[in-house]
Amino acid sequence: MNAPFYKFGLFNTDVSLIFAFIIGIGFGFALERGGFGSARILAAQFYFSNMRVLKVMFTAIVTAMLGLYYLSVIGFVDLSLIYISETYILPQVIGGLILGIGFVIGGYCPGTSVVSFATGKLDGLMYILGVMFGIFIFGEIFPFITDFYYSTNMGSVTLPQFFHLSYGMVVFLVVVMAVGAFALAEWSEKKFAHRNPENQL
Amino acid sequence: MTTLVQKLSSVLTKDKEVVEVKTKPYSNPYLTGIGLGLVLLAAFVIMGRGLGASGAMSTLVAVGVNTVAPEHTQSNPFYSEYLGDGTTNPLKDWLVFEVLGVLAGGFISGSLAGRVKKGIEKGPNITSKKRLLYAFVGGSLMGIGAKLARGCTSGQALTGGALLNLGSWAFMMMVFAGGYAAAYFLRRQWL
Repeated sequence: MNAPFYKFGLFNTDVSLIFAFIIGIGFGFALERGGFGSARILAAQFYFSNMRVLKVMFTAIVTAMLGLYYLSVIGFVDLSLIYISETYILPQVIGGLILGIGFVIGGYCPGTSVVSFATGKLDGLMYILGVMFGIFIFGEIFPFITDFYYSTNMGSVTLPQFFHLSYGMVVFLVVVMAVGAFALAEWSEKKFAHRNPENQL
Repeated sequence: MTTLVQKLSSVLTKDKEVVEVKTKPYSNPYLTGIGLGLVLLAAFVIMGRGLGASGAMSTLVAVGVNTVAPEHTQSNPFYSEYLGDGTTNPLKDWLVFEVLGVLAGGFISGSLAGRVKKGIEKGPNITSKKRLLYAFVGGSLMGIGAKLARGCTSGQALTGGALLNLGSWAFMMMVFAGGYAAAYFLRRQWL
């Protein structure tokens, strides 16, 4: 049996929607368990007092990355069939900056706002409405920024290709980087424990 | 499974005994991260694609605008991409169903931990009204940023991060850069 299953035609689009719902449940469950339904905890990331965002995100990235890497090494998963979005470096850099600023102002990102709303938070609902308003604004100005939106296209390019390193080497470097980031996170949480919202619950 | 059903039904019927159950602390972030990573890995293995959130909201917006002004969406390539060729309902979309699952999963987890409670998340030095305004403004910026970057924290940072996508890593670094650069000016809201 070969993976990804959907790409090998093991089930049709309608069945894939059932998988979408089940995978979504796992996603939402994990986000809520991790404290991501709380804007105070998410925002505390940017004041160094609660580093859950960094810890959970980098652990998840490392877990999925290692899993995928080893599953492809043993020939179970065909890496080339996994969808990688193309790089448009300038719009993505600017988009990331705007998104980061929006994160501190609003306290959520789109996924975590859904979890926050699911657990009864009104600011989560307002945030979702805000995201939809922002997307509407983007849709309306899209005809005027189309050139910029499609600029600096580099195609589908991964870090191993860009830095001319082997896939396994980049996987290793990301793990090292994550461990370093975890050590820094633990240190700063201790230093700023007095303003960690989790300690005030 | 039976306790899950019991707790859910008691939350829905507002059974006092269980609603007033002490709120459980959040899970260990590293274990949560492994769990989230396995969910993402499952999406890769089963579907050959990762997770997302802003895409589902884009579909909703496109469908909404199309309901009000169909001629307008047809001439705009941004909307028409989310509406498809008209042969299938645009809401029959993978990300839309996934985000409905996120809603359910968040509710199930929150219910089991006694964390489903109507309220507003904010720091002690800001009024609720202001906090709701900030949530809307921050969300709007996030919507624009996510569309420019072709994805949000889930679709680009998490999914593209695990796939070692260059654009996703550049994006992720800029999210942290933007967040930390703006944090000082917004400290009154959170601290």
